[in-house]
Amino acid sequence: MSEAPKDLKYTKSHEWVRSEADGSVTVGITDHAQELLGDLVFVEAPETGSSLEAGSACATVESVKAASDIYAPISGEVTEINEELADSPEKVNESPFEDGWLFKVKPSDAGELDALMDADAYAAHVEAES
Amino acid sequence: MTTLKTTPLHAAHQRAGAKLVDFAGWEMPLHYGSQMEEHKMVRAGAGMFDVSHMQVVDIHGPRAQAFLRYLLANDVAKLKTEGRALYSCMLNADGGVIDDLIIYWTGGTNYRAVVNAATAEGDIAHMQQVAKDFDVHVEPRPEFALIAIQGPQAVEKTLPLLPEDLRGAGDLKPFSAVWNDTWFVARTGYTGEDGFEVMLPAEQAEGFWEQLKTAGVNPIGLGARDTLRLEAGMNLYGTDMDDRTNPLTANLGWTIALKDAERDFIGRRAIEQWKAEGVPERMVGLVLEGRGVLRGGTRIETPVGDGVVTSGSFSPSLGVSIAFARIPAAVDAAELQADIRGRKLPVRVVKPVFVRNGEPQVELPKN
Repeated sequence: MSEAPKDLKYTKSHEWVRSEADGSVTVGITDHAQELLGDLVFVEAPETGSSLEAGSACATVESVKAASDIYAPISGEVTEINEELADSPEKVNESPFEDGWLFKVKPSDAGELDALMDADAYAAHVEAES
Repeated sequence: MTTLKTTPLHAAHQRAGAKLVDFAGWEMPLHYGSQMEEHKMVRAGAGMFDVSHMQVVDIHGPRAQAFLRYLLANDVAKLKTEGRALYSCMLNADGGVIDDLIIYWTGGTNYRAVVNAATAEGDIAHMQQVAKDFDVHVEPRPEFALIAIQGPQAVEKTLPLLPEDLRGAGDLKPFSAVWNDTWFVARTGYTGEDGFEVMLPAEQAEGFWEQLKTAGVNPIGLGARDTLRLEAGMNLYGTDMDDRTNPLTANLGWTIALKDAERDFIGRRAIEQWKAEGVPERMVGLVLEGRGVLRGGTRIETPVGDGVVTSGSFSPSLGVSIAFARIPAAVDAAELQADIRGRKLPVRVVKPVFVRNGEPQVELPKN
């Protein structure tokens, strides 16, 4: 069973969200998602400064096996992307919740966070899907 | 729910933490952790594959050669030395590919074929049907386990573990085999590297597998098997060709022996007609010039109409995406466009062999 840290929020499409002290949120894909995808070879992150709408496709991760869309867990402006993934996409496999983060967003409506799942709900969701 | 078939190495795969998937009705290892790492191990050292789902079929009887010369598109009369092997397609009357296989001459009126798992049942039925007109027996040998050991260190690591009377296998030329009463060792493979394919009694398979592991041969899943064969320029049945594919459009023309005009074989008339009319498509290799991955089904735009990717992946050895594609025969452009989920990216047309013995065979894009 793959881990899902308690301090994060989750989407049904297997993204995670971490609320940072400065009010921004960090977004990545879960351990379960990277395991399903297998070795990542490319990460197409959204552009810094672009605005995202919760639930819309905003990035692509591509593994040896398949390409997969990443959906914005929350609306807002992209403030930073993980530049290291351009050369080392395998960081997403090795460290999905830490070094393998994808991008940061300044939320336009922090209330949207409440609609996301906690770790227990996400674990139950993964269980139900498999 | 149908129950998946398992090989004699199933327990070993489970112990090794393999991700097991349904492959043609068999529960087989996709990978043991990382497909990418496994791929690289085969190119740099040695890896082993459980290919026991493939089916061994022995053919024997006074007219075995005549039977096979009629059954197969390649000509077994080319096999002049005992133990030599040939790659061939088995065609239907319309020239479509029923399966591709390796056929060994094991001396006298005896031959041994190895066919694909997904097609095995139909292959055997077809062979037995055709055999009715010849005095031959078609005998499936499901009691064998098959292990492929591949990579630059495969031969040196495997030799000491073979039965003593088969260690001459180290001197085997490619596409040749030696055997004793129970084991059969061939210098063949599906990776573009040196190595062996070993058939052995099922009950000895796990012991041999564990000995190989101790010797530093890593278990490799079907995921890496697919990227290795793609880099090596080898077709996959069901993906690059099937029973509706004209083999001349699947880079298989070299395996069809038309030289002996006296020899009739199933599908010959269709092939000759296609040759006379001109083949509408051909299969090429593609290297993607940009970030993305070509996949089976990716549309390829050419000046004279669309082509399509039959097999595509990221190449772990080259660090770029590569593919086989079927394109209109008239295309002579060296650069085409791939439509990757709406994005148009340039692809370069190359001979469909990307890596051999660890060495790149194509020029890589400068990024």
